[in-house]
Amino acid sequence: MRILVCVKRVPAPGARINVTADGQTVDAAHLGFTTSPHEECAVEEAVQLTEAHGGEVTVMTLGPVAAEEQLRYAASVGAHHFVLIPIDDVDWDPQRTASALAEAIAAVEETNGAFDLILFGNESADAGGFQVGVRVANHLGRPIVNGIKGIEIGGEQGGELDEGVATARREIDGGFEVYNVPMPAVLGVKEGINLPRYPTMKGRLASKKAVVDTDERTVEAGGQVRLRLHRPVEQISETVILGTGPEAAPAVVDLLEELGVLS
Amino acid sequence: MSLLVICDHDRGTLSDASLEALTFGRPLAAAAGLEMAAVVIGEGADAAAAGLGAHGASTVHVASHPLLTDFGPEAWGETVVQLVRGTGATAVLACGTDRGNEVVAQVAARLDQPFVANCRSVDPTGDGSGNWTMTRVQWGGSLLEDATLTAEIRLVTVAHHVVEGVAAEAPASGTMVSFVPELDDALARTVVADRVVLTRGITLSTAPVVVGGGRGVGSAEAFAPLEELAGELGGVVGCSRAVTNNGWRPHSDQVGQTGTRIAPEIYIASGISGAIQHWVGAMAAKNILAINTDREANMVTRAGHAVIGDLHQVIPAITEEVRRRRG
Ligand SMILES: Cc1cc2nc3c(=O)[nH]c(=O)nc-3n(C[C@@H](O)[C@H](O)[C@H](O)COP(=O)(O)OP(=O)(O)OC[C@H]3O[C@@H](n4cnc5c(N)ncnc54)[C@H](O)[C@@H]3O)c2cc1C
Ligand SMILES: Cc1cc2nc3c(=O)[nH]c(=O)nc-3n(C[C@H](O)[C@H](O)[C@H](O)COP(=O)(O)OP(=O)(O)OC[C@H]3O[C@@H](n4cnc5c(N)ncnc54)[C@H](O)[C@@H]3O)c2cc1C
Repeated sequence: MRILVCVKRVPAPGARINVTADGQTVDAAHLGFTTSPHEECAVEEAVQLTEAHGGEVTVMTLGPVAAEEQLRYAASVGAHHFVLIPIDDVDWDPQRTASALAEAIAAVEETNGAFDLILFGNESADAGGFQVGVRVANHLGRPIVNGIKGIEIGGEQGGELDEGVATARREIDGGFEVYNVPMPAVLGVKEGINLPRYPTMKGRLASKKAVVDTDERTVEAGGQVRLRLHRPVEQISETVILGTGPEAAPAVVDLLEELGVLS
Repeated sequence: MSLLVICDHDRGTLSDASLEALTFGRPLAAAAGLEMAAVVIGEGADAAAAGLGAHGASTVHVASHPLLTDFGPEAWGETVVQLVRGTGATAVLACGTDRGNEVVAQVAARLDQPFVANCRSVDPTGDGSGNWTMTRVQWGGSLLEDATLTAEIRLVTVAHHVVEGVAAEAPASGTMVSFVPELDDALARTVVADRVVLTRGITLSTAPVVVGGGRGVGSAEAFAPLEELAGELGGVVGCSRAVTNNGWRPHSDQVGQTGTRIAPEIYIASGISGAIQHWVGAMAAKNILAINTDREANMVTRAGHAVIGDLHQVIPAITEEVRRRRG
């Protein structure tokens, strides 16, 4: 199987998210960067699927040159090929991002053939536009289902088991929906589909040697323009300290009684 | 010209999210000088459509087709696209649930129009030159973005729980019109093939009490006292991402941006530092009690109440006190 995963480099904030003075972006001066959690799981899922069925995993990102860090991380947990679409500091809107990704994917496929599966995150951890995967699938003329928390290769099609079908599970309140999507297909994955592995020493070494292909794309901007980012107004209330250690238990239970949750 | 509101339903019963979209859509349509129409898709759509006049929809399109009996993001998206083209709608709105965002993204991709997801407010008079302006949610709610939207057809979703779904002060006619789209058989590829119901009692998102544990709990086994307290209070156990990452609890127990949003009467958060991504999932709790050894932990400073101490001693002591009072 050939699987492609699209990942986005995002800052990893702690207790609060600060915005730069011009309001244009998250102030990442003192922050590390990471891969969005949904996408980290998408990479793990791709690696597990190729471990079970054979094949190779390609990881693609559109971002600053520094996003190579996220590609190398993917290499350290088992991905094989890497494509970086470099952009300037300014992030691209979702339409533009999707067009560039779709073009770059088409370019890889022209030489190597179609990917059986392309995995996206359900939404990116930062901007969360809920659309890049759907737009790319549409560009490529492929089916896509979002919110996926389980993938199996082989599924029912016309009453028979078909190896060319990906069976995907989507969580809904109190259960799940099952989709039998014919490959080549695109799926939007959610955290919880698996528990991503940590890189091994061997993986870390391999990641240093991984070759990252660069593919520059120029596409037109879309119709959503950012004016500024700001933090929501928070109601800050004084914390009432009910006590220290187990001696605080009666005060806690007083509170529970007051709230009527003890009945 | 109209604003078309996509209404989701479960076999004829409108979802709360749809009522939120209609409530958000009424003033938006009025300010934009648009008529508000609605579309209801699939089996049971007739029943769901019947009450929409009361929510301000002047026209209700009831879409039916063999491919629309169950949910399918592509078939639903294509249906809305054909309706937009057929009725000349200039704006589409849905509630920003997973399904709502997915269907509108499908519409956006097919029409090649921009799509602004999870808005908190939308101003159609915008910047005065025909563009809409809006404030939308980023980082699962920890950050807001002001944006402008330049488009022929405006596609937006309203973030879930921003407004409460209420009926219109002045009901509209709610005229039902049936609509049969032309759908390619190939779209069956993304229609729900099967549905599995895992009947559970109270879930994390609906529990009145959530006892949360973080890295401070220390192991999978050490969650037993939290289970006990939750059981005593008719609640459930929740956890942080540090816990799911360690494999101590399943991801379905995770509270936060990439987990579940909870809204209990009280959230007892023990051994959790209160990182922003955890906080956005917990902040809708009516009361928060933090239990932490660190008085400066973010969870403690943001909570209404706190106990400073070792959760391994405090939690069993609370359980014991509850049992003692009950006799
Ligand atoms: C300084 C700055 C300015 C910005 N200005 C604008 C602006 O003017 N207008 C605007 O609309 N947005 C703007 N953005 C945000 C914008 O860049 C989006 O983050 C981006 O277009 C992707 O959309 P999304 O994050 O909403 O993706 P979603 O649709 O939420 O992502 C879904 C999935 O698509 C994939 N994906 C998303 N992005 C990438 C990527 N870069 N590489 C690989 N895979 C990816 C991932 O798998 C992800 O899980 C700005 C951001 C910054 C930091
Ligand atoms: C994009 C993104 C999305 C994320 N989504 C989520 C999400 O959905 N949910 C989520 O939870 N996290 C999420 N995270 C991770 C988040 O940033 C934090 O890393 C995580 O919440 C930390 O978990 P924790 O509080 O259990 O651990 P820590 O931050 O390590 O905190 C442990 C706390 O336990 C206290 N403690 C230790 N021992 C004891 C004891 N014996 N008694 C009492 N207190 C004790 C410590 O003082 C400390 O405050 C996300 C991160 C990113 C980047």
